[in-house]
Amino acid sequence: MSTFTDPYASSRETTEGRVYSVTGGDWDSMVTEIGATKEERVVVNMGPQHPSTHGVLRLVLELEGETITETRCGIGYLHTGIEKNTEYRSWTQGVTFVTRMDYLAPLFNETAYCLGVEKLLGITNDITERATVIRVMMMEFNRISSHMVALGTGALELGALSPMIFAFREREKVLDVFEMVAGLRMNMAYVRPGGVAQDLPAGALTKIKETVKELRKNFKDNEKLLVGNSIWIKRTQGIGYLDLAGCTTLGITGPVLRSTGLPWDLRKAQPYCGYEDYQFDIPTTDTCDVYGRFLIRMQELEQSLRIIEQCVTKLEKLEGQPVMVADKKIAWPSQLSIGGDGMGNSLNHIREIMGESMEALIHHFKLVTEGFRVPAGQVYTTVESPRGELGVHLISDGGTRPYRVHFREPSFNNLQATAAMCDGGQISDVVAAVASIDPVMGGVDR
Amino acid sequence: MSTDTNNGMFGVTGSGDTSGFGGLVKSVQSIGSTQRPFGGYFDQVADELERAFPAFSDAIEKVVVDRGELTLFVKRERLFEVAKILRDQLRFEMCVSVSGAHYPTEVGRELHVVIALLSITNNQRIRLEVCVPDSDPHLPSLVEVWAGTNWHERETYDMFGIIFDNHPGLTRILMPDDWDGFPQRKDYPLGGIPIEYKGATVPAPSERRSYQ
Repeated sequence: MSTFTDPYASSRETTEGRVYSVTGGDWDSMVTEIGATKEERVVVNMGPQHPSTHGVLRLVLELEGETITETRCGIGYLHTGIEKNTEYRSWTQGVTFVTRMDYLAPLFNETAYCLGVEKLLGITNDITERATVIRVMMMEFNRISSHMVALGTGALELGALSPMIFAFREREKVLDVFEMVAGLRMNMAYVRPGGVAQDLPAGALTKIKETVKELRKNFKDNEKLLVGNSIWIKRTQGIGYLDLAGCTTLGITGPVLRSTGLPWDLRKAQPYCGYEDYQFDIPTTDTCDVYGRFLIRMQELEQSLRIIEQCVTKLEKLEGQPVMVADKKIAWPSQLSIGGDGMGNSLNHIREIMGESMEALIHHFKLVTEGFRVPAGQVYTTVESPRGELGVHLISDGGTRPYRVHFREPSFNNLQATAAMCDGGQISDVVAAVASIDPVMGGVDR
Repeated sequence: MSTDTNNGMFGVTGSGDTSGFGGLVKSVQSIGSTQRPFGGYFDQVADELERAFPAFSDAIEKVVVDRGELTLFVKRERLFEVAKILRDQLRFEMCVSVSGAHYPTEVGRELHVVIALLSITNNQRIRLEVCVPDSDPHLPSLVEVWAGTNWHERETYDMFGIIFDNHPGLTRILMPDDWDGFPQRKDYPLGGIPIEYKGATVPAPSERRSYQ
């Protein structure tokens, strides 16, 4: 009885019932036709796409009227086989791959991976303090840029456009810092086993101090827009409820867990990279809802700025220290420099290996093509990423390549909570609940 | 760990390598079981588990402490009981990760399942490892104990073909439903094509020589 002629908005009979394709703009006729059938239960396919930058997620929703009775997630649309690929590359090359998993938090992926490689090598204590402090500073900047996307797109998904403009303005400032330090704005492969790829450029700390000041001032814009905003509160308060018991059985970490009132943050609980030496607080709320998670992310921005300021103070004292381990059998010999057009080879290093020292060339060639051997064994290292516990399970068989690399992605794990948060709720709240989990599909699918 | 040997220098045979390095045979170092004391809180965890679980010696094949991490190798028949006791009595509230590893040379225990547990109460981490043969890749699902293992187990099935019995819906999760084979197994090819650059050809990553 279909009256549709539009090829993109048609209906057809299947064994499960009639299937309608809806592309928007045809809602009135669709409602009329669906209203004519006796079936109360409707299965809606949301996606596979996402209204914003989280990636490609498909949600299958079973509805009774506007109430959701069952939620299922379809993932895998961004699966790239990074874990398999790293098994065919040297340990150092692995950094370039893993940084592309959760593309909003590349420095966390790199650091977690490098901490694992260093633990396998047994050189955790040999990493210079300057390298560690730079790592911490870059990670905290990354936390800000990641939370900015979470807040901006989260608001966008609920129909508030202005917060996104402010959030991306701030994110841009953070990406400028990344560009200045690492040469790239994302996927920078900056953290390497043994340290970081290069030292901070001249004048970096001054620029960073200015950025921190600016960010602190600008964060207030979004605060004024959203905190206490009655429409925002109506869309988020009491929505996406998940309590502590739900979080523990589902293995949920990060802001979702902290919104139940439990101050669980690996930076405090199981410190790595010297986080025990920094002063900062763990914001929590006890509302277990989307609004609470939003407030936590807002407050974490300020805590990250506090840590960055402490890093700057430390770095001023550590001027001139190396940023790579002293062991020449591990330290990456290749030197890079940042030019006007991005990152490239350091001409000084090229001059040395090509014109001055044959031994340096041999050393460079051996380490870059062959890589270093990592003693056999397995480790599981964790960092607190903006989304929760990011775990890296590494297995070495003693060779120059990883035997197995597995990333325990917080996005992947936390997305399981969608059903627990959405079932029994309204269809319009699904978007708010998923946004509060802040999944990044590049990390979910790897 | 694999008790394998590596032959040659690059893992490639028939390449006309006359350097002599092709004749190298190196055995891959394996990590044996650890004897007490394990150090740190590991002794306490082992003691408590032994007290709470009389069949400890029957269920735990070996204990490995390496690089500050505790691994309990659990027999698959006992995994479910051990998991429940770890959750209820030793307060490992969270199962943060389940993944796999493929050791084709370990005959009879080719597939390993690695389970990472976290106790928030005691701020402890331990790892369980379960070995199953390729010919019978079954072990009990832990979804009833920790609901969050659901997707992790599906991913492990998807990538390694390990079957978690009593899982509520063990289907592929990352690969398409009709995919053939299990991509993370060592005998599954990486794929890729040779790359041509300025007249020279670089072979695909899996075809390049690898230093052993």
